[in-house]
Amino acid sequence: MRRRPGRLLGAGSVLLLGLAGCGDGGAGTQREWQSSASGDITVFAAASLTEAFKEIEQAFEEANPGADLQFNFAGSSTLSRQINQGAPADVFASASPKQMQKVVDADNAGGDPTVFVANKLQIVVPEGNPANVTGLADLGKQELDIALCAEEVPCGDLSQTVFEAAGITPSPDTLEQDVKAVLTKVTLGETDAGLVYRTDVAAADEAEVDGIDLPAAVEAVNEYPIVTLAEAPNAETGQAFVDYVLSDEGKAVLEDYGFGTDVG
Amino acid sequence: MSLHAELTVDRGARFTLNLGLTAESGETIGLLGPNGAGKSTALRALAGLLALSSGRIELDGQVLDDAAADEFVPPERRPAGVVFQDYLLFPHLSALDNVAFGLRARGMDRRSARQRAQTWLRRVGIGDHARSRPRALSGGQAQRVALARALVTDPRLLLLDEPLAALDASTRIEVRSELRHHLADYPGTTVLVTHDPLDAMVLADRLLVLEGGHVVQQGTPTEVAHHPRSDYVAQLVGVNLYRGTSRGTTVDLTTGGTLTTATRSDGDVLVAFGPTAVSLHRTQPDSSARNTWPVQVHSLEGHGTITRVQLTGHPDVLADITPAAVTDLDLEPGTPLWAELKATEIRTYPA
Amino acid sequence: MTTTQARATPARPQARSRRSRARRAGGLPAVLVLPALAGLAFLIVPLAGLIVAAPWPTLLERLADPAVLGALRLSLVAASAATVVCLVCGVPLAWVLARSELPGMRVVRALVTVPLVLPPVVGGVALLLVLGRNGLIGQYLEAWFGFSLPFTTAGVIVAEAFVAMPFLVISVDGALRGADRRYEEAAATLGASRWLTFRRVTLPLVAPGIAAGAVLCWARALGEFGATITFAGNFPGETQTMPLAVYLALQTDPDAAIVLSLVLFAVSVMVLASLRDKWISPNAA
Repeated sequence: MRRRPGRLLGAGSVLLLGLAGCGDGGAGTQREWQSSASGDITVFAAASLTEAFKEIEQAFEEANPGADLQFNFAGSSTLSRQINQGAPADVFASASPKQMQKVVDADNAGGDPTVFVANKLQIVVPEGNPANVTGLADLGKQELDIALCAEEVPCGDLSQTVFEAAGITPSPDTLEQDVKAVLTKVTLGETDAGLVYRTDVAAADEAEVDGIDLPAAVEAVNEYPIVTLAEAPNAETGQAFVDYVLSDEGKAVLEDYGFGTDVG
Repeated sequence: MSLHAELTVDRGARFTLNLGLTAESGETIGLLGPNGAGKSTALRALAGLLALSSGRIELDGQVLDDAAADEFVPPERRPAGVVFQDYLLFPHLSALDNVAFGLRARGMDRRSARQRAQTWLRRVGIGDHARSRPRALSGGQAQRVALARALVTDPRLLLLDEPLAALDASTRIEVRSELRHHLADYPGTTVLVTHDPLDAMVLADRLLVLEGGHVVQQGTPTEVAHHPRSDYVAQLVGVNLYRGTSRGTTVDLTTGGTLTTATRSDGDVLVAFGPTAVSLHRTQPDSSARNTWPVQVHSLEGHGTITRVQLTGHPDVLADITPAAVTDLDLEPGTPLWAELKATEIRTYPA
Repeated sequence: MTTTQARATPARPQARSRRSRARRAGGLPAVLVLPALAGLAFLIVPLAGLIVAAPWPTLLERLADPAVLGALRLSLVAASAATVVCLVCGVPLAWVLARSELPGMRVVRALVTVPLVLPPVVGGVALLLVLGRNGLIGQYLEAWFGFSLPFTTAGVIVAEAFVAMPFLVISVDGALRGADRRYEEAAATLGASRWLTFRRVTLPLVAPGIAAGAVLCWARALGEFGATITFAGNFPGETQTMPLAVYLALQTDPDAAIVLSLVLFAVSVMVLASLRDKWISPNAA
C-alpha cells in the first residue's frame, strides 16, 4: 500500500510526456569508472527503463559532477516519432528494435545502435494469485479477466509472438496502451492476470503482485538497443552515458531490475 | 372578510419596517412613500416572500404568518395574487399560459385552465394576444396580462407593486382607469404600493404614508391630502383631484364649480393639479389665468417651508404657499380670498 | 471580410446612415480583432495540419473499415449516454450550488472542478480505486450484484461522465446564478410548489445555459482518452472509443490515426452544428 501512489504516478507519466518524476533512486554503489562528461543531456528512454535508468542517473551524475541527465520516458513508438519529428535529444534507448530502426532509417541515429539489455515476458498476477493462474493457458480462459498490451505497442507484439508459439488464443478484456497500464490493472486487482516484462514485475512491490515465468519453449526476447542521436546537442556526454550503460556498473544496475544483459 | 396585519421586518441595523394594517374586503389600501420607505418589503411580507421578524398576518381568520407562534404559510399556499412592478411574466410562456400558470399549479387540467385564462384575457381586453410571448407585448398589454394572471385564481388578497410605474405617460392614464374598474369589481382586499400620489388617490380607498419603514399618516386620500401632518406628507400627497364631465375645454365638476382646461376632452374625466399651482389673492386678480374663483380659508397647516391652505368654494381647493405669503395675506380661517389657476397646470384624464 | 467592409465605412460618411446597422454589428476595434484572429488561427491551424497530412487517396477505403465504424458508434453512444448522466445529476447539483446558502458551498463548488484539474489518467485510477472490482464501492457491486464496471461500455460512460460533468455543472451554475430569481418568486405567489417552479420556470429560463453546458459536456466526453483507457480499458467494440483507437493507431500507422481524428472531428462538428440550429438558437435569440 505504501508504494501505491508512487506507482500510480509512474503509470501516469507514461502518458504525460515530460512529467519528470522525482525518483527515490537506489543506493549508490562504489564505482571505478570515470569520465570528463559534462553539461545537460536528454535521454529518450522506453518507459520500462524508468526505474533502472533513474538509478543509473544517480551513479552517472556522481561520477560526472558536471553532467545533468534529463529523461523523457514514454512508449518507444512515441519516442521514435518525437525524435523523427525533431525533438532535441542526445540518446535514444528503445524497447523495440523496430522503433529504433525507424530512427536509423530517418538518418537520425548518430551511429550503429547497440543492444544493451534483453527483456522477457512474465505472467503477472495480483498478490496471492486469487484466480489460481498457473500458466499461459489460463490467459485464454473467457471467465478470467485478462489485461494484455495492445498489438500496436512492442509488448503487445511480443505477447502475440508468445501466444502463437504456445498455440493459445488469448482472451483479453482490455488491450492496454503500454505495459505499465497492464501492471496497474493487475496491481489494483482489476484483472486476474496480465502479460508484462519481468522487469516490470521486478520493479513492482512484492506485496502486490507475483510473477510467473513462461516455459522456456515459448519465451520470446525483446532486445533493447541504445544509440546517440545524429542531432544530439551534447553528443560527447551522450556517448559517455551510453558507455556507462554498457559498462559493468550499468549492467549490474540493469540486472538488479530484472533485465537480461547477456546480449549481443 | 378582512386583513389584519402587524408587520415588523428587520433588515439589518439600518432598516426596520414596522407597520399595522387593517382592511375590509373590497377595500383598497394604498401604501404610499418614496423608494426605500419599506413599501415593497411590506408587500413581500404579505405575499409570503419574506418572513416577519415579529408580528402576525391574518386574512379572514386564517393566520398566514405569526412570528411568535412560529407559524408561516409559504407563498404558494397563500390565497394572494401579486402584480409585480415589472410584471415578471414568464418569458418562455405565451400570455395565455402565463395566466393559466396559477390554475395549472393548483391542479386544474390544461384545457380548463386555458379556457379560464382566455376568459380573463378577454376581460382585461387583450383576448387577441393570447398566443403572444411577453416580449412581443407592449407595456400596457403586459400589465393587463399580469393583472389577469394575479386575479385568475380568485385570490382573497390582491397585492399590486407599483402596477403603473413601468408604463409611459399616455398608456398609464388608460391602464389606471381600467385598473380602477377592475378593483371596483374585485371582492377581496387589495394592497397597492405606489410612489405616485395620483395613482394612490385614484385607486386607493385608504392611504398609509410610509417614511423610513414607519407609517407617518393614514386616512382617506382626501383626509391625508387636506391635513398632511408633516412637510414630507404634504409634498408627497399634494394633489387636487376632482371628477367631472368635460365638454371641450370646460369641465363641470361633480362637487360644484367649473374649470377651464388647456386640453380638450369629452365625457367623464378626472381633473388634477398640484397645490403649488394655485395662487391666492386678496382681490380678484386681473390676469390671463382662465380660472379664478372666490374661496374662503378653512384651515392652515404649516410645515417648515410650506403652508398648506385648505379653502372652501366652488370647487374646494388646496393651495401651498410660503410662510411669508401667509403673513402678507394675513390669513386666518374665514378670510375671503380669490384663487387663481392657469389652465395649463391642469391635467385631465378619462375617468 | 465583414470586418474589413465595416471598418471602411466610417471613412465614407455618405454611406453612413444606410450602413449604420452593419457598422454597429461589425465595427470592432483592431485591438480586439487582431488578437481574435490570432486566437482563431491558433485553434484551427492544427486542424488544417491534420487535413493536409490526411492520406486522401486511401481515405474511403480506411473509412469503410468496420473497426472504425465500431469505434465511432461506441464513441457517439457513450458520449451521449455520459451527457444524459451529467444532465440528470449535474443540473440538480448546479441548482444546489447556485441556490444553497449553507456555509461551505464555496468549497463544494471548488470540489466540483476536481475532474478539470486532475490529469484524466489519475482520474481513471481514482475511479478504479472506488468503482473497480476491488474498489471501495466496486467490491460490493461485484459481491452483491456480480457486476463490475471496468472493461465494460458502462465503465466508459462512467469515466466520460466523471471528466465531463464539471463542464455542465459550471455552465448551469453560472446560468442559474445569472437568472432573475424574482421569476421563481412570481411562480410561488401563483401557487407553484418548488418542484413545479423548478420544472416550469427555472429550467426553461436557464435552458440556454443547460444547452451550452450539455454541448461542452458532450464534446469533452467524445474526446475523452485518459480516464477511459485507465478505468474502462481498451477493447474493440466494447470499450475502444475513437480517441483510444486514434492513440493506438498512432503507434504503428499515423495515417490511420489522422483519418480517425478527422472522422471524429467531422462527426462532432455535424452534430453540434445541427443541434445549434434546432436547439440553442431559439432560446438564445
